[in-house]
Amino acid sequence: MFLALRELGFARTRFLLMGGVVALVAILVVLLSGLSAGLVNDGVSGLKRTPVTDFAFAEGTGTDAAFTRSVIDVDQVDTMAEQPGVVDAAPYGLLLANAHREDDSPVDLTLVGVEPGSFVAPTELAEGDAVGAADGIVISETAAEDGLAVGDTVTLDRPERTLTVVGVLDGQHTFGHVDVAYLPLSTWQELIAGADGPGDEVPAVATAVALRTDDAFDRTAADAAAGTVTRTLSESFGASPGYTAETATLLLIQVFLYAISALVVGAFFTVWTIQRRHEIAVMRAMGARRRFLLADSLGQAAVLLLGSIAVGFGLGIAAGAGLSASPMPFALQAADLVLAGALLFVLGMAGAAVAVARVTSVDPLTALGGQR
Amino acid sequence: MSTTTTDTPVLEIDRVTLRHGDGDSTVVALDEVSLSVAPGELVAVVGPSGSGKSSLLAVAGALTAPESGTVRLEGVDLGAADERERARLRRERIGFVFQSGNLLPALTCVDQLRLALRIAGIAESDPRARDPRALLDSVSMTHRADRRPSELSGGERQRVGIARALVAGPALLLVDEPTAALDRARSHEVVELLAREVESYGAGAIMVTHDHDVLEHCHRVVEMVDGRLGVPAATA
Repeated sequence: MFLALRELGFARTRFLLMGGVVALVAILVVLLSGLSAGLVNDGVSGLKRTPVTDFAFAEGTGTDAAFTRSVIDVDQVDTMAEQPGVVDAAPYGLLLANAHREDDSPVDLTLVGVEPGSFVAPTELAEGDAVGAADGIVISETAAEDGLAVGDTVTLDRPERTLTVVGVLDGQHTFGHVDVAYLPLSTWQELIAGADGPGDEVPAVATAVALRTDDAFDRTAADAAAGTVTRTLSESFGASPGYTAETATLLLIQVFLYAISALVVGAFFTVWTIQRRHEIAVMRAMGARRRFLLADSLGQAAVLLLGSIAVGFGLGIAAGAGLSASPMPFALQAADLVLAGALLFVLGMAGAAVAVARVTSVDPLTALGGQR
Repeated sequence: MSTTTTDTPVLEIDRVTLRHGDGDSTVVALDEVSLSVAPGELVAVVGPSGSGKSSLLAVAGALTAPESGTVRLEGVDLGAADERERARLRRERIGFVFQSGNLLPALTCVDQLRLALRIAGIAESDPRARDPRALLDSVSMTHRADRRPSELSGGERQRVGIARALVAGPALLLVDEPTAALDRARSHEVVELLAREVESYGAGAIMVTHDHDVLEHCHRVVEMVDGRLGVPAATA
């Protein structure tokens, strides 16, 4: 590192330009990582925050829209509950609804019907009561941030029905970018049937069977017995509107960024190594070990990458803090950032290593004679 | 004006032949060349371009293996050494002085010498190592010790190059056209310095040069013509 550090100081303009490119890539990686996590939260946090491990949908339901197409009988919940490996089974109803607040402003809600006291009924409340009251809804914290409070009412457009906010959940619960509101399954069934109020005849249905299973669960056998198609929690994320397209797009951009940074770093060190060819020949003639030259050059790449990734992440996280306060779906997760930083570093080093490997092929003989 | 002749030679080149190129276009660079250098002796090799002077340096410096003949450095047969061993001998026992210094642009003069020690794998506290600043002082470069090569004149660069070649305490100094980029006065200074350093440290040295002007400072002059060594017809 003796020579490497002095070269960094000597050719600082070149290294600053290169470091600037890596730092900008790092900023983008941080922002995209935050945006990905934010969109995932927006899309499926309402599912993620349940203790559910699997959902059993009606037989023949495709993945892409399972939550809006599937209808199961409550009997199927009982059949599922008897299957080996099923710890808990409960009906789960999901309905995307348009509603209006008291001041007539529109509000979109994902109405989730659960049996009060069942394992899917949320228990972590920021304030108010849990699911129970017939026309009471328990809303996501994000809906509360948008202005809904305990005691407010919302009126559904179709069927027209007024629901009262009785509780606020702890944390973000959204599905398909829409805030979740929990309500009793019986009310949910009335809404599905288009009934105007309690007392009408309503079918005993739900969207899916919410399951908590252990290792003994045999998906194929259970589906055969209950007439369902079971998907794991993460598989059912794909059933959230837009989820697959959003995550795939962002992943693609990130993959490109990683590839670009590896190639740019590789190209830079290729040119840098070629520029130093004569100096390397001189050092080889002086008897420098290949290991000495490689360690020095790779050390230089490591210092450059670590420095610029650190700067880029610092700026990216600072920018992200600003975005988190805005309505943008943005969430920075330490594990994601550590992984992204490590990936940028490792790929950058790989690019540099390919370039720097040339130092070992420089012929020390070229140090003799007049070429300069 | 040779120094103690009883010393065993630092370098013995014995009937060495080296060819360049392949197939029909081979050129005999060295033809049965023999040369021996004693400690403290500065031998000048003169001759026209392409006469094989650089090849002689490459062979003596363990950069190229000859086709036939033997090269011994302090009694060690270079022909029997592998690439790794030859690199070790280069960094520990041989000092190179290149044309126009060939210093590293990123390093100050004192760092050039410290890098040479690191390449040699010798700690600055090692008794074999010579103190970089004291050595720069002995080549009258103390005032420029913390400057980079771009701030030095050609003669100054060459003096730093000589100091760099000596810092790890080599047995053999190989000097490639040290005055190529220098004016007359500077050329004399540099070669005089070289002769003085060689004598005071007891290293043997071969200097390849075009410059007949500076031969008066050398202990011995040999001429190379078409790959053969001989005593020159007329020396200064």
